[in-house]
Amino acid sequence: MLKYVLKRVGMALLTLLIITFLLFVLVRIMPGNPFPSERMSDEQIANKRAEMGLDDPILVQFGRYMAGVLQGDFGKGTSLYYGAPIKTVLSTAISNSFRIGGIAILVGTLAGLALGITAALNRGRFMDGFCTVFSILGVCVPSYVFLIFLQYNFAFRIPFFPYFFDPNRFLFSTVMPSLSLSLFTMSTIARFTRNEMVEVFDSDYVRLAESKGLYGRKLVLRHVLRNALIPIVTVLAPLVVDLLTGALVVEKIYGINGIGKLMVDAIAGEGIDYNYVLALGILYSTLYIGVMLLVDLLYGVLDPRIRVSAKAEEG
Amino acid sequence: MAKKLTLAAPAQQAAYEPRKEDFAFLRARDIETDQNFASQGYWKGVLLHFFKNRRAVIGLIIVSLIIFFAVVGPMMSGFGYRDIVQTRNENNKRVVAKGISPQIPWLQRLLTGEEPSGAFGGYTFLFGTDDLGRDLWTRTWYGARVSLLIAFITIIIDMIIGMSYGLISGYFGGMADNIMQRFVEIANSVPRLVIVSVLAIFMPKGMGLVIVALLLTEWIGMSKIARAEMLKIKEQEYVLASRTLGARHSHIIFREILPNTIGPIITQVMFSIPTAIFTEAFLSFVGVGIVLPQCSVGTLIEDGFNNITTLPYQILPPIVVLALLMLGFNFIGDGLREALAPKIEDM
Amino acid sequence: MSEEMKTILDIKNLDISFRTNAGTVHAIRGVNLNLCKGETVAIVGESGSGKSVTMKAAMGLLDANATINSGEILYTYTNTSGEEVTVDLLKMSKKEMRQHINGKRIAMVFQDPMTSLDPTMTIGRQIMESMFLHKKMSREAAKARALELLQLVGIPDAEKRFKNYPHQLSGGMRQRVVIAIALSADPNVLICDEPTTALDVTIQAKILELIMDIQKKMGLSVIYITHDLGVVAKVADYVDVMYAGKIVEVGNVNEIFFEPKHPYTWGLLSAMPDLDTDEERLYSIPGSPPNLLHEPKGDAFTARNRFALAIDEKAEPPMFQVSRTHFAATWLLHPDAPKVEMPPELKTMLERARKEAEKYL
Repeated sequence: MLKYVLKRVGMALLTLLIITFLLFVLVRIMPGNPFPSERMSDEQIANKRAEMGLDDPILVQFGRYMAGVLQGDFGKGTSLYYGAPIKTVLSTAISNSFRIGGIAILVGTLAGLALGITAALNRGRFMDGFCTVFSILGVCVPSYVFLIFLQYNFAFRIPFFPYFFDPNRFLFSTVMPSLSLSLFTMSTIARFTRNEMVEVFDSDYVRLAESKGLYGRKLVLRHVLRNALIPIVTVLAPLVVDLLTGALVVEKIYGINGIGKLMVDAIAGEGIDYNYVLALGILYSTLYIGVMLLVDLLYGVLDPRIRVSAKAEEG
Repeated sequence: MAKKLTLAAPAQQAAYEPRKEDFAFLRARDIETDQNFASQGYWKGVLLHFFKNRRAVIGLIIVSLIIFFAVVGPMMSGFGYRDIVQTRNENNKRVVAKGISPQIPWLQRLLTGEEPSGAFGGYTFLFGTDDLGRDLWTRTWYGARVSLLIAFITIIIDMIIGMSYGLISGYFGGMADNIMQRFVEIANSVPRLVIVSVLAIFMPKGMGLVIVALLLTEWIGMSKIARAEMLKIKEQEYVLASRTLGARHSHIIFREILPNTIGPIITQVMFSIPTAIFTEAFLSFVGVGIVLPQCSVGTLIEDGFNNITTLPYQILPPIVVLALLMLGFNFIGDGLREALAPKIEDM
Repeated sequence: MSEEMKTILDIKNLDISFRTNAGTVHAIRGVNLNLCKGETVAIVGESGSGKSVTMKAAMGLLDANATINSGEILYTYTNTSGEEVTVDLLKMSKKEMRQHINGKRIAMVFQDPMTSLDPTMTIGRQIMESMFLHKKMSREAAKARALELLQLVGIPDAEKRFKNYPHQLSGGMRQRVVIAIALSADPNVLICDEPTTALDVTIQAKILELIMDIQKKMGLSVIYITHDLGVVAKVADYVDVMYAGKIVEVGNVNEIFFEPKHPYTWGLLSAMPDLDTDEERLYSIPGSPPNLLHEPKGDAFTARNRFALAIDEKAEPPMFQVSRTHFAATWLLHPDAPKVEMPPELKTMLERARKEAEKYL
């Protein structure tokens, strides 16, 4: 088990390092000039470049940058938020995004599980049909469309919730973005849970458990849920990614100062902010690789087939 | 389940009184052979299964309809997708058809008995017009056309790249497979957003960026499926036979194995197309996708969102088209998957 | 065997159909079956003949799309106060079945040991589960009994294996575990659904001997579901040959093996490979079992029967009695029917087998 964990962690760190390096190189060899040439003379630019170490070998630059990153120092933006260190801007953004995203994941997962389990237990009946329709709807309509719908109806026509995100009414302004972000998670998990459970219900080992005399709640808790839920862990990683992507638009629409909106501002604004692109790229990659690692480890813990290595002996 | 218990004897024909002539041998007849479906061709069976699946057929109809309208829809209204509809009013002043709600003159006449009034009373705007006075029917179908084109182009290229990569990696195995799979793992660890943001540095915003972003990400899933299929098929007798006969690698990969991986790959394509449409819509909405005056489903939703307080109907058509496309392709994909690997209970 | 044996399981006129997308499949069409205390009955037939469905009905394990049209499954047991009780298993609810019958009185061993154990639970816990359920045993007692059972089914190093997960055991070992699970709450009827089909030939014999051994030790009545006549010859007292949802021939093992009356049984026996048979003579039953979506008129076997009579297409044959224990449902046994002997090649084969058998007896 320890070997498994170490191997996974090592792989994840290595992958992250490679990606970070690639990002760094790509962003540093960007075409064009990070300094507004009309406001600076050639000499000034040359001085500035030397001062910032842009003429050093790329590996030296990367080492210097990473040393900063490890202390949370990402430098300053090239066109966004002049003067403010990226670290400060980013930490506010992260806290906003994580709260909303966290609630969305939590609500989506729990509600999705509940819905999926209910559907599987009432296979072929009303709740099953409802779950199917709901999950189709949730997968077919992007989260930002839900937000637009909620915003139009419950903030504009009936001004109950704030129309834009208001940090002073945090809890209240979280409802609509979190809810719309959670719908995709919810429907995916509901559909997956339902299908996994139905499959487990049809499995030979559940038949054996029934033939032992297990039924009802005991059967579901001991043999069905555990086996059905293990594979669900694997959909969590892609779901987090979808959530991050969805958050981009949701934050833009709802005016939330989060990492998604920051990303939009960095790439879709007038000038591209290279340093923000780099910092956010590292952040997103870390998040993604971290989640995938977590899922891998969790799977290892939950599934004895990975936790305990096989040593079959013929009998 | 309520079990109905009838303790009476099961429905049986009244006891038969045998006659003498009944005990003659039945001869001169063929012993009945298989009545099963084994003789049916593979693809014929898949198609039969697919068309028996109600959802798959609904999906197919939806997608076909949208493709049909995406092709001919923009031509039906008589307005161009970027034309601003205008006319002159009774004072001979130029007026623009800004923000007109959906209207169908003959239906209005029929329902109210009155001639529709106003400068644009006689115009048909099935989906209304936008804030600049452009016909939304035309724009919606034109946008759908752009989105579908992007999706089809990228997914077909991705299919070719992914299949070649996966088939080669799976076929040669060993070291080559190892290196190729490490590369896939790393490529798969880069979130799509990060790829888009880096691309945005190097490329102008627009259709090109969307296509390249999709090209860089969607092939991975295809390659994984192709590789898995390859590993499964590689060991089968007919491939082995081909190899012992001295067939070239390229012959075995592309002639012997590729045709057998088509099923799962097409299924994956059906799931990738909606992902591509979704991604395009998302990128265009965020502002790094399709740029003006082009339009796509994504930009139309964005336009609709920007005008939602004044022209709330405007956002509906692109959203419905997007949702229907997602639904249709997902249904087709599900149907194909089931048809390719039918479970007993669906038989 | 003692002469007066008590019937423990009596299936009467069982009739089951399944709703499928393609239509209603009439899978079981009036099955009668009798199991006495301590004896072994084998149900033989091709796949799809309804052997498993019959036994699943007795376990209350039928799928949700099954409908029981008629029949009863009478089960007789001695209750805690020593009285003999007979219940109709088909009248019991799922919950009652699970609480009073499954595992506790009738247990089942499934076909594929690779898939019939819960992969996320140690085998020890899986064995103890029924003891907690039915016997309200303490942890320690249950563990001691589970270890005992593991030894009984021939698993070495029981203490260590107790904590293993299924994937750590081989197929043969897993089937032993499944048997241990079936035995854990001391049932008196054991249903074995093709218990050796998924196993290596060398292990098959061991598992069969194990079941027979345990049967003797614990006084179990056993029902085997199988298509393998080799298994039948080895273990069974009585044989029920099943075809298209009906029992077509019943008898004790000698009657079925040496004096079979039904042409279907002839076919089955001829298909049994025998070292001395010339390969060309190997007889097989042509065609495949009828699709019970479309219920056959008359005898379901007519279409594949070399000896079919005109009446086979008109009416289903009743059970004709051959001896006290031997019955067969074929018109060939009707007094008016032409005298038909079994195929000569089969006859010589069976003759040879009988002599072989006599040598050892």
